[in-house]
Amino acid sequence: MNINLTLFGQMVTFAFFVWFCMKFVWPVIIEAMEERQKKIADGLDAADRALRDLELAQNKATDQMKEAKQEAAGIIDQANKRANQIIDEAKQQAIAEGDRLKVAAQADIEQEMNRAKEELRATVAGLALAGAEKVLEASIDDKANRALVDKLAAQL
Amino acid sequence: MAGENPASTTEYIQHHLTNLVYGNHPDNGWGFAHGAQEAAEMGFMAIHVDSMAWSVGLGILFCWLFRAAAKRATTGVPSGVLNFVELIVEFIDGAVKDSFHGSNKMVAPLALTIFVWIFLMNLMDLLPVDLIPELLMLAGVNYQKIVPSTDPNITLGMALGVFILMLYYSIKIKGTGFVAELTMHPFNHWGFIPINLFMETVGLLAKPFSLGLRLFGNMYAGEMIFILIATMFAAGAGAGLIGGGLHAQIFGDNTSAWFWLVIFILVCGVCTLNLKGKISTGKTVLLCMVFMALGGGLTALAGGLMQWGWAVFHILVITLQAFIFMVLTVVYLSMAHEDH
Repeated sequence: MNINLTLFGQMVTFAFFVWFCMKFVWPVIIEAMEERQKKIADGLDAADRALRDLELAQNKATDQMKEAKQEAAGIIDQANKRANQIIDEAKQQAIAEGDRLKVAAQADIEQEMNRAKEELRATVAGLALAGAEKVLEASIDDKANRALVDKLAAQL
Repeated sequence: MAGENPASTTEYIQHHLTNLVYGNHPDNGWGFAHGAQEAAEMGFMAIHVDSMAWSVGLGILFCWLFRAAAKRATTGVPSGVLNFVELIVEFIDGAVKDSFHGSNKMVAPLALTIFVWIFLMNLMDLLPVDLIPELLMLAGVNYQKIVPSTDPNITLGMALGVFILMLYYSIKIKGTGFVAELTMHPFNHWGFIPINLFMETVGLLAKPFSLGLRLFGNMYAGEMIFILIATMFAAGAGAGLIGGGLHAQIFGDNTSAWFWLVIFILVCGVCTLNLKGKISTGKTVLLCMVFMALGGGLTALAGGLMQWGWAVFHILVITLQAFIFMVLTVVYLSMAHEDH
């Protein structure tokens, strides 16, 4: 319980340890802690920002989906319309083609008919002439009567 | 170990309260003091070797621990000792920021050093009072006080260090304002200057003294209670199996240290088995009690329990005292920085 040199000894060691702590311990630890604090704060900020970005992106995506759907619906509509149109056109064309074929066929038929008629006429004229020849038994001037018989055959 | 008669009890207590002193004795010259009487005769030219050694050792422990943590300090995820150190640093930083409003790079490290160092010194109080002194007695060192903060030299030394800082910053920051503070308060009239000076000086000096003596008083009283519990229950030989335990029956007064070692190993073994899950906790406590009772007798067991109880309570005291010393230092330095 005596006050002695220990007092000064303790003062000196005290000063030394405070110096040591001040120089080698405190700043290092505090700096690291503050830096980490900043890092964590930055990280949290970044996370917040990312969350906001994500929300924006999601909204954008939803909008785009909506748009795309609308577009798709429009395209389908258009396609349907076009298809109907094509079908209609095809129908029309088919009808027209059919008509045309029909007309052509009719024309062919008529032609054939006319030719047949011509042939028939010629044959009939020949037959009539032969008949008349037989009937008259006489040698009628073929050339003179041909025109007459042709006129007759044209009336058939 | 304490005997039964009051004289040896007094001796035991006195022995526990005597430092290992190295100094200049007027008759014998430089050397270790043999007893309190010689130590007192040495006067100022002496040093408490044990207090200094423990306090320097603990200071080095503090520096080493915190330096090791500082070296490992990263901005990444902290772990292990760094976590623990950062917890303390943050706690100190908060306390300093709360009560110190100036800008001084020294206050926070100072507070950290004070808090941890004093805490470590106080912590020595929780070691069994007889353990290290007895071991050192076996090694030939006669006196040993292992709690540096029960030495007024240590506490007042730190308080004086703080006082010097207070004066330094008062003069540096306030300049002549410091003189005005000492002379023109509380009565702002030139006629009261002597009275003011007297009152303010007493107030100023009271700060370091209360700072040092508070810590010293608390730790000294705590140590004293440990010693008293030890004297109360460490009954001597001849008191039978109940009082003195097995060792007194076998060895009489001269119990071999090996005996205590055997008891210690037995208790440690039981605890280890419990930790490995081999025996139940209830059985562990019972077995430990039986071993302790066999070794030291029932009263020793009761003494052990009381020591343990006081130690648990003392954990609060040592932390609180370290904290108070730190906070008051910061407050005093803050006052030194406040320019009116």
